[in-house]
Amino acid sequence: MASSPVLSHPLNRRQVLKAGAAAAGGLMIAVAIAPLRARAASGAQPLTAFLRIAPDDTVTVILPSSEMGQGVATSEPMLVAEELECDWRKVKVEFAPVDTPYVNPMFQIQGTGGSTSTRAFFVPLRQAGAAAREMLLRAAASQWGVPVAQCTAADGRITHPGGKSATYGALAAAAAKLPVPAHVPLKPRSQWKLIGQPTPRLDTPPKVDGSAIYGIDVRVPGMLVGVIAQSPVFGGKLKAVDERPAMAVRGVRQVVKLPDAVVVVGDGYWPAKKGLTALKPQWDEGAGAALDSQQIDKIQRQALAARGYVAEESGDAAAALRQSARTIDVTYSVPYLAHATMEPMNAAAYLRPGGGEVWVGTQMQEMAQEAAGHIFGSQQVNINTTYLGGGFGRRSELDTVRAAAAVAKEVGKPVKLIWSREEDIQHDFYRPVSRARMRAGLDRSGKVTAWDIRIASPSIMARLFPQRVQHRFDSSSVEGAVKSPYAPAHRRIEYVMTDIGVPVGFWRSVGNSISGFYVEGLVDELAHAAGRDPYVFRRDLLAQHPRERAVLERAAAMAHWDKPPPAGHYRGIAMHPSFGSMVAEVVEISIGNDGLRVHRVDCAVDCGIAVNPATIAAQMESGIVFGLTAALFGEITIERGRVKQSNFDNYPMLEMGQMPAIEVSVMQTGGKLGGIGEPGTPPIAPALVNAIFAATGKRLRTLPVMKSGLRIAG
Amino acid sequence: MPYQIKVNGKQHTVDVDSDTPLLWVLRDNLGLTGTKFGCGISMCGACTVHLNGNAARSCVTPISSVGGAEVVTIEGLSPNGSHKVQQAWIAEDVPQCGYCQSGMIMAAAALLAHTPKPTDAQIDAAISNICRCGTYQRIRKAIHRAAA
Repeated sequence: MASSPVLSHPLNRRQVLKAGAAAAGGLMIAVAIAPLRARAASGAQPLTAFLRIAPDDTVTVILPSSEMGQGVATSEPMLVAEELECDWRKVKVEFAPVDTPYVNPMFQIQGTGGSTSTRAFFVPLRQAGAAAREMLLRAAASQWGVPVAQCTAADGRITHPGGKSATYGALAAAAAKLPVPAHVPLKPRSQWKLIGQPTPRLDTPPKVDGSAIYGIDVRVPGMLVGVIAQSPVFGGKLKAVDERPAMAVRGVRQVVKLPDAVVVVGDGYWPAKKGLTALKPQWDEGAGAALDSQQIDKIQRQALAARGYVAEESGDAAAALRQSARTIDVTYSVPYLAHATMEPMNAAAYLRPGGGEVWVGTQMQEMAQEAAGHIFGSQQVNINTTYLGGGFGRRSELDTVRAAAAVAKEVGKPVKLIWSREEDIQHDFYRPVSRARMRAGLDRSGKVTAWDIRIASPSIMARLFPQRVQHRFDSSSVEGAVKSPYAPAHRRIEYVMTDIGVPVGFWRSVGNSISGFYVEGLVDELAHAAGRDPYVFRRDLLAQHPRERAVLERAAAMAHWDKPPPAGHYRGIAMHPSFGSMVAEVVEISIGNDGLRVHRVDCAVDCGIAVNPATIAAQMESGIVFGLTAALFGEITIERGRVKQSNFDNYPMLEMGQMPAIEVSVMQTGGKLGGIGEPGTPPIAPALVNAIFAATGKRLRTLPVMKSGLRIAG
Repeated sequence: MPYQIKVNGKQHTVDVDSDTPLLWVLRDNLGLTGTKFGCGISMCGACTVHLNGNAARSCVTPISSVGGAEVVTIEGLSPNGSHKVQQAWIAEDVPQCGYCQSGMIMAAAALLAHTPKPTDAQIDAAISNICRCGTYQRIRKAIHRAAA
C-alpha cells in the first residue's frame, strides 16, 4: 500500500458515512468497542467486538488485520492483553468477519497493508482490552457486593482483598451483559508489561505441524477445484474454446468461459489442470500483443524527455545547479517485478441460497465483499479470511475473488479456484517499471547544493483509485523521493506518468523500494564526487533529522564502519525512512571467482514504540531478503505482449546458500509509532549496489544486478 | 486406476490417474493439506514429504511410482508437534507466513536423519527449498539447534 494517501474507495454511501465518522473524531472508537451482535458458540462471551472469553478462560482475540507473515496475529493480541490483564498463554486468535468495528482507521475500509496494522489499531485494541477488563471488574464487584475500586485484575483473574477471587472465564457471562464502558483510561507506558517484550508468535505452533489453513487449503462439502488460464496477452479476450478435450479427462466436471479466461473445474487440482492443458483456447489478443520490453524501454526513455507534474519544489533547483562547482547527471531504472508469494493465488466461493461465501487469504476484506457481491448479485456475502501464504501487496487485488465468484455462480457449487505458478507469475499486478533522471550539484566545499529528479513510471493508483489521481499525478510513484531527509534546500521532483498496459500494483513498500534505490544511489554518487566517506557524508546531511541519523549511526556501528572490512570484502550503506519508520542497512560483500557473495547485513530500525521486538527483527530480515532477491535477480520482461518468466526456474529466488547473516537492532526510542512490514525493503538495493561500487568502482544504475553480467555466487 | 499407498502409517486406496502427483493425492484425495503446492516443477520444495525416510518433492512424484513406500507428511512427522525439528522451529520462532515451512521442516528432518550434525555447507546443499519471507537464517539456526 502507498504510505501517504489514505485508501479511500470509489465512494459508496457507507464509506462516506465512515469518513464522516472519522472526521468527527472519537466516534470511530465508540463504534470499535460496540459489542458484536452475534454470540459465538461454546459459551464464549463477546466483550467488545475484539474479544471473547470462554468458560475455560480462553481469550479469543478477533483480529481486524490479516496475518501474512508480518506478525500481527501476535502483536495485535498483545495490545488487547496488555490492558485486559489476561493470561497470555490462554490467548487464541480468529480472523474478523467484514464488519464496521474492524475497519482500518488509517484506510477507512477494512483491510491490511501500508504497514498500518499495529499503528492503526494501537489505540482501539488497547481500548477494547481495557473496556473488557472494566466489565469483568464491575461484574465481580457486583456479584460480591463490594466497590469496584477495591477489586484488581491480573493474570486472568479478578481479586478482592477480602479473599474473593474469580477467573475471567467464570465472570465472562455476567460481564458480557454489562454495557461497554465508553472511556476507560489506558495504562501509562511505564506500566506496560507485554508491549515491548520480545514475544513468541502465537501462529508458530500451527505453522510447524501443517494445521494452519491457507486459502488454498480450504475444503467444504461438495467443493470442486478450478484451474484458470487467462489471456496470455494483457487485455486480451477469450474468442472460442472447444471444451471437449477437457471434458474427456476423467474427473473434469465443467468448462467455464470468462470474458478473458477459461476455467476447467474438476474433482481436484490435477484433473482440472490436465483438462486445462488439453484445451486450445483461441484468444483475441488485441493491441497488447505488439508490446515488448524494448518498446517499454523506449516509452520510459521518451517520457523522461518531457516535463512532468511537479511533486515537490523548494528554492530554485535550476539556478542552484547552474551555480554549482560540480554537477552530476545520472539515469537510474528498475524493471517490473512479480510478487511470487509462496502460496499461489487462489480463492474459493459459493453462491448458496440467500447469499454468498468467499474463502480467501485477502488483504482487503471489505473490497472483496463488494466485488463478490457485485458478481453474485447479493449484498449478503461472508468473507472468510484464512492465513495468507505471503501477501506483499499482491493479496490486496481482487482478481481472484472476482474470478472465483463468477465460476462458482456458474457451477452452482463451492469452487476453489487455483492459479498454477505459471499463471501466478504471468498474471500479476507488477511493481511498475520506473526510470529516473537525477541531476545534483556540489559546492566547492563538497556540500550538496540542489537536486532535480524526474521519475517516469506507470501509475498504480490510476487503475485502483482513479479518483486519487489528478493532473496525471500519482503520489505513490514518487513517495520516498519527495520529503527525503537528505534533500537540499533547492530541489525539484517531477513525475511523468507513462501508459504501457502491463497491470501494476502494490509491491512491498511500493514507491519506496524504487525511490530508495534512486535517492540512496544519488547520495552515494554525491559522496564519491565530494571525495567523502559515504557514511560520514550521510551523517552530515542528516544533521536536522535525529531519528534518521541515529539509525544510520547504529547500523554503521554494528558493521564496525570505522574499521576496514576483512580483506576482499566491501561495504555499502543506505538509510531510507518509510511508513513512519527509519531503517539503515550496511551490506558487506565480496566478489570472488564464484561471483558476488553477500556476507552480512547490519540493520537498525526505529519504529518509535517496538510493540513486539521479536517480530520486528523478523520483518527486517524478511524485508531485506525480499529486497535483496529483487535487487540480485528480479526482472519481469515482456515479449509479444506476454510475460516471459513463468516459474522459479526463470524467475529465481534467493536460496539458503546465498543468505547473508543478518543482524537487526530494534531501537526503542519511544517516538511516533511507525510501520514494520515494509520499511526493511527499500535500503537493501542501494546498500548492495553501493557496496558493489566500493568493490569494483562500477555504478550499477539499473537493476537487477544479475543483468550487469556480474555472477551471483550460490 | 486404484492405488494402495501407505501414508503416515495408514493404508489408503485412491482411484486416480497414474500420472497424478502424490501432492494432489495427499491434498485433494486424503485431505492432508499440510503439504503445500508451490511451483509444480520441483523448484521450491513446499511439497516436500518423506518417501522411506528420504525427502521427496511430491509435486513431481507420480502416484504410480510410490508403490509400497512409506509416505510421511508434516501431519505424520509427530503426533503433536513434538519432533525435535518442530520444537527447534518453535524455539527459533522460524515461520512468518508459514507456507513453505512444512516442506522446510520435512527437508530438515530428512537431513538430520541422515546427517545428525550437519555443517552449514551441508545445510546449504540439502535445503534448496524457497522461502519468500526470508526465514533462512532462522531455519539454519533451528537445524543446528535440533542437531545439538
